[in-house]
Amino acid sequence: MKKFMFVNRKAPYGTIYALESLEVVLITATFDQDVSLVFMDDGVYELAKGQQTKDIGIKNFSPSYRALEGYDVEKLYVDADSLKARGLSEQDLLVPVEVLDSAQMAELMAQQDVVLSF
Amino acid sequence: MLHIVNKSPTAARSLESCLRMALPGQAVLLIEDGVYAATTGSSSEAQLRAAAGKVKLYALKPDLDARGMSARALDNVTLVDYGGFVDLVAEHGTPNSWL
Repeated sequence: MKKFMFVNRKAPYGTIYALESLEVVLITATFDQDVSLVFMDDGVYELAKGQQTKDIGIKNFSPSYRALEGYDVEKLYVDADSLKARGLSEQDLLVPVEVLDSAQMAELMAQQDVVLSF
Repeated sequence: MLHIVNKSPTAARSLESCLRMALPGQAVLLIEDGVYAATTGSSSEAQLRAAAGKVKLYALKPDLDARGMSARALDNVTLVDYGGFVDLVAEHGTPNSWL
C-alpha cells in the first residue's frame, strides 16, 4: 500500500479542478491505497457549507465530500493559515477535518509516496 | 466602463490591477471566483471597503450562492443576478474583463 496525497488549492466551480480531483480520489480509494486529502490556499473554499449552485446551472458536487467516509477516505487535512486568511473556521466547513499548522502539513507531505496536485 | 473580475483575490492579482485602473464613478462587477473578494473576513475586505468610496461595486449573487458565501457578502457591494449583469453592461458600456 502506498501513501497518496491529493493537494487541493483551487476554489470550486470557477475551474474544473476541484471536481476532477474528487473523481480521482474516489478511483484511488477503490484500489485500497492510503489516501489523504489536503485543502490549502483557495482549496479550503471547496469545503464551505451551504453551496447552492442552482442559479449557475452547474451540479453541486459538495455533498460528495460527505460521501468520502463511505470509501474509507477519512484523512482530510486543512491548512490553518489558509482558513484564517479567508475569515473561515472549522465550523464553516461541511465535513469534519483535521486542521494543521504549516510545520505539521509540511511533515505530512514529506511522508507521502505520491502527491497529486489540483 | 464596467470592470469585470472573475478570479479569486487570493489566487490572482486581477482585482488589485482592476482597482488600480478603475476611475471614480465607474462600476466593478465581481463574478465567478471573483466573488470571494466581496466576503467578510477575506484578505481583500479592507481593499474592497476602500474602493467602495470611489467605484460602484457589484457581485453576481448566483456565484456567491454556489460557493456558500451569500451570508458573508459585504454590505457595500450590490448583489445582482444575470439579468442585472446584462443591465450593468447596457448601463455602463465597454466591459473591461480582468481575466
